[in-house]
Amino acid sequence: CLSNTDTCTRGGSTLLGYIGIDTIIEQMRKKTMKTGFDFNIMVVGNSGLGKSTLVNTLFKSQVSRRSAGWARDEKIPKTVEVKAVSHVLEEGGVKMKLTVIDTPGFGDQINNDNCWEPISKYINEQYEKFLKEEVNITRKKRIPDTRVHCCLYFISPTGHSLRQLDVEFMKRLSHSVNIIPVIAKADTMTIEERQEFKQRVRKELEMGGIEFYPQKEFDEDMEDKNDNDKIREAMPFAVVGSDKEYQVNGKRVLGRKTQWGIVEVENPNHCEFAQLRDFLIRSHLQDLKEVTHNIHYESYRAKRLNENGGLHPISCNDTQESNL
Amino acid sequence: KSVKKGFDFTLMVAGESGLGKSTLVNSLFLTDLYKDRKLLNAEERIMQTVEITKHTVDIEEKGVKLKLTIVDTPGFGDAVNNTECWKSVADYIDQQFEQYFRDESGLNRKNIQDNRVHCCLYFISPFGHGLRPLDVEFMKALHEKVNIVPVLAKADTLTPSEVKKKKMKIREEIEQYGIKIYQFPDCDSDEDEDFKQQDSELKESIPFAVIGSNTVVEAKGKRVRGRLYPWGIVEVENSAHCDFVKLRNMLVRTHMQDLKDVTRETHYENYRAQCIQSMTRMVVKERNRNKLTRESGTDFPIPAMPRMADNETEKLIREKDEELRRMQEMLQRIQDQMHTQKEAY
Repeated sequence: CLSNTDTCTRGGSTLLGYIGIDTIIEQMRKKTMKTGFDFNIMVVGNSGLGKSTLVNTLFKSQVSRRSAGWARDEKIPKTVEVKAVSHVLEEGGVKMKLTVIDTPGFGDQINNDNCWEPISKYINEQYEKFLKEEVNITRKKRIPDTRVHCCLYFISPTGHSLRQLDVEFMKRLSHSVNIIPVIAKADTMTIEERQEFKQRVRKELEMGGIEFYPQKEFDEDMEDKNDNDKIREAMPFAVVGSDKEYQVNGKRVLGRKTQWGIVEVENPNHCEFAQLRDFLIRSHLQDLKEVTHNIHYESYRAKRLNENGGLHPISCNDTQESNL
Repeated sequence: KSVKKGFDFTLMVAGESGLGKSTLVNSLFLTDLYKDRKLLNAEERIMQTVEITKHTVDIEEKGVKLKLTIVDTPGFGDAVNNTECWKSVADYIDQQFEQYFRDESGLNRKNIQDNRVHCCLYFISPFGHGLRPLDVEFMKALHEKVNIVPVLAKADTLTPSEVKKKKMKIREEIEQYGIKIYQFPDCDSDEDEDFKQQDSELKESIPFAVIGSNTVVEAKGKRVRGRLYPWGIVEVENSAHCDFVKLRNMLVRTHMQDLKDVTRETHYENYRAQCIQSMTRMVVKERNRNKLTRESGTDFPIPAMPRMADNETEKLIREKDEELRRMQEMLQRIQDQMHTQKEAY
């Protein structure tokens, strides 16, 4: 069905020989290994919920703010701060520049009204930075990506239900960033308590209309939907973090040693850390970036360009051109 | 005779929700006070302010009767903005003092009901890095009204070294912020060594690291109150696991009377003194105001009060006079009491 002006693709045409289309995967892989990739993860929650420890456990290295030399026992800041720390991780020849964005002071004051604002501002500022670069006449070959790809929100394991602050934060930010809620310090609860708590939390998330990642509306096809449904059913994952190793049954495992036994972080019978890690890093890492770029960033961009005046690109010689 | 009458004790529990307060109370007194409680979800809790609830239970052991009143503070610290959320708690304590004050100054004092709060267990979250701003504000607002015993909640979240570190940090901060928690009385020098040892251990254990449980589990062949995890069993009454036993012994077996004494001799007396002071000030102010309007014959002729004040104003004036007289009478009675007490010594 080829005509002069249209092109159409017919599905399933039989190949008369080997072309080599499948090598595109290998070509992409080679490129990625050369350029490496960025991943920016933000952690939000009351102090003491194990945010830094969890991130260190996820990436099996000292990548959090705490490890970068800031003292653990420093005072709670009076306003919410947003602090980013970057490290380059290398595995199997692939380089990843991981940026962990911490938010000390969130939810720790007596009056926490609007404590989400500095966080919202930071997220939008990264979109703005990216937008300004994109809109330039002479753009950088690879625009540095500081946008937040994923926001881990730490729920306190009270055993009751979500706190008001949890609902407020997630309601407001689930439309500008991918939020992945996790139940922190899950070793506070017995398995039974955990299941009941999760049920209540899931109901409240639903009642509050909070769309956490992976969002239902972005499932691309049936396969996606099936995989993601399973994950959504199991969320929020109840996790435990640790950077200490102990000997259990002849193996060295990451865990917490209490008076009555060792909590093994990667043991699926003890907590859901392994599930979170597989989900976050081994299956959905790229998707998190894509949803951030194609959905959250795009909606920010559309909003900005629709505002009065739009955006003025700045060329190298600093002459201003009229708007787009 | 006092054994026949029985004892009464009012215990308050305070701290944000989800720290195991109800479970601990049930464990301490082997009760099921919160059986029919309905947990509110986040949306429902938006409209809630801090409530004060009371549960009373009669406990009898070996012929000794105890009427235990538990005062709970649901809603404390749960909102996004918790400014002054301790106010209703402080007001409650003051109200009990005021009621006792009135009863005490009244004519029929044989059957005074003592609803004063004898002890407040304040629950500190094990997830923080020590005291949070809300903890400090609460304790400072109440340390001169009630005996505060801080407890480290849900201690089974913590490893032994974490417990030690947190206890030290919390004790440091309590001193740093000038919070006056309940002090265990020093033992007499003629007590035996065991007792002295126990006593110093008690002091070293503050804040008590507690764990509570509503369920019975099987551990080492015995049925005990505990929590069953995939990695092990926590026994509530095992001193190696937590300070539950220490807290219970202190509260019920050794220091109950002292808690009541300190409430009576220190906190209540503070309240009473403040009350009398402010009443005296009011009375003096009134007297001075009256003096001014009557002895006006000096420089400026102060216009006499119009005699045709309507009934409303007359009534108000009469009521105020009545109140003043009542206060003066009360003051007089108290002063007389103080005199007789002084003479008795």
